[in-house]
Amino acid sequence: MKILVCIKQVPDTEALLRIAADQTTLSDAGVKYILNPYDEYALEEALRIKEAVPGTVIRAITLGPARCAEVLRTAAAMGADEVLHLRADEIPLDGLASARALARVAAEYTPDLILLGKESIDDGNMQVGPMLAELLGLPCITVVTRLTLSAGSLTAECERDDGTAIFEAPLPAVVTCQKGLSEPRYPSIRGKMAAMKMAIPEQPAGVSAGKIRITRLTPPPARAGGKRVGEGAAAVPELVHLLHSEARVI
Amino acid sequence: MPMVLAVAEVADKGLRRVSHEVTGQAHLLSEAMGGQVTALVITGSAGSVDAGELGAYGADQVLLAADQVLAAFQGDQYAEVVKAAIGQCGAAVVLFPATAAGRELAPRVAAAMDAVLASDCIAIGWQEGGVTAQKPLYAGKVIADVALSGELQIASLRPGLFPAQACRPGWSAPVTALALPPLTARAHLREVRGGDANRLDVSEADVILCGGRGMRAPENFALLEELAAMLGGAVGATRAVVDAGWRPHSEQIGQTGKVVSPSLYIMCGASGSIQHWAGMSGSRCIVAINKDPNAPIMQRADYSITGDLFEVLPALKQEIARLRG
Repeated sequence: MKILVCIKQVPDTEALLRIAADQTTLSDAGVKYILNPYDEYALEEALRIKEAVPGTVIRAITLGPARCAEVLRTAAAMGADEVLHLRADEIPLDGLASARALARVAAEYTPDLILLGKESIDDGNMQVGPMLAELLGLPCITVVTRLTLSAGSLTAECERDDGTAIFEAPLPAVVTCQKGLSEPRYPSIRGKMAAMKMAIPEQPAGVSAGKIRITRLTPPPARAGGKRVGEGAAAVPELVHLLHSEARVI
Repeated sequence: MPMVLAVAEVADKGLRRVSHEVTGQAHLLSEAMGGQVTALVITGSAGSVDAGELGAYGADQVLLAADQVLAAFQGDQYAEVVKAAIGQCGAAVVLFPATAAGRELAPRVAAAMDAVLASDCIAIGWQEGGVTAQKPLYAGKVIADVALSGELQIASLRPGLFPAQACRPGWSAPVTALALPPLTARAHLREVRGGDANRLDVSEADVILCGGRGMRAPENFALLEELAAMLGGAVGATRAVVDAGWRPHSEQIGQTGKVVSPSLYIMCGASGSIQHWAGMSGSRCIVAINKDPNAPIMQRADYSITGDLFEVLPALKQEIARLRG
């Protein structure tokens, strides 16, 4: 069984983001990057399948500039067998541009299963998984919290507004992973050491120009400093009064 | 005449509020474009929903796709229906609600039609022949103004943010049945479980009572449940609480959870990390109740009370009950 896991490098959730002087990009200075948290669930799921199905091979791929090789090292340290870096000057905001580049690699690799995080926490697009499936003509199950494989097919539970949906699909298929699947493991020290030294194979991503362009970045509107209403239960009548007649929200 | 297609969403009780929001924005967009609005309603049975009602919110006509297979959301079949509707009305712009279903459906359609997609937009407009939008990045730590291009342009709109008021009260739009394409599926829906029709999702709630570690134990969330019920709101949770298994992930608010913008957000026993703030800073009014007057959330909330939430919350319940008389 061959599993392709598509992963992405994103700024750490703790990162303080600064808008660059051109007002359309973010300043790279001092930003720490991490593996997208939802992609960790995708990797963990692949590793669990490998433990259950002998002969499974896991290939992790990422798309982006040189700095993105780091997430492939993390994937290798966790236990991915092969990695591939699709080089591009930047990660496109247009999900379709990324999905096309990934689809070309996937079509050549012919995996039995493609796993991705349900979204990346940087642009929050939630586009690439379903787009990849559409481009490859594969079944697509999104926001999956439980995944079971059997011969040639999968059963998946997904989280959605009307409850939990249970889908069955033949393999190959695309699955996007949500928190609720097994907690991602920490890489072993030995895995980390080996990954640090490994050569990362790369090839040009061949990303086409996207059809979405950032014209301006702005910080979110600042909030005015608030009112300290008081202490303990005694302050509650005043709070309710303010919510009712000043803020008019109750 | 350029056509804007608004994709509505149906739940057990009929059209969801997001359908009105999306149709309303499609209407404003069509006015800027000098065009018209077609709304698409996808449902399990034609009789279960008043599709013409979308006329009041700005739809000039409605396409109705009704088939038993479409009773519950299934990405494969729904994408076929939307593609057929785009073909039938000749849409240049398509708007989806950025609900769970919309966020799967929009990228499927965009990829199939080779179209650009701006996801989870908080503002939308029309400039120089293209859609412009505002889209939060990094869960709202940065707001991007974006411009789309291409023959077909698609956007999904964040639920609960746009007005859902009728612009033509009482007007019912003509409804035409959409000629359905073959509804084949690559993945097969076996069951939809446990959806509590009365439970309001945090992403749609107008009032959110959010609990953090300071709630001390899962059973104490009953306090928040009761207040949420009184205020017609929903209970949310911080990551710490979800990680501890006290609350389901569907209630998690923040950068690795949901991004919400209710009218009233009451934060109980949580400090307000940068990741959590990213998920709720768009709320109209933020109230914080915390023992620690120096917690970050206490500096940023509109109103704050310093104190033990196990004393403050019961008092709050009582006072709201008194207000409601």
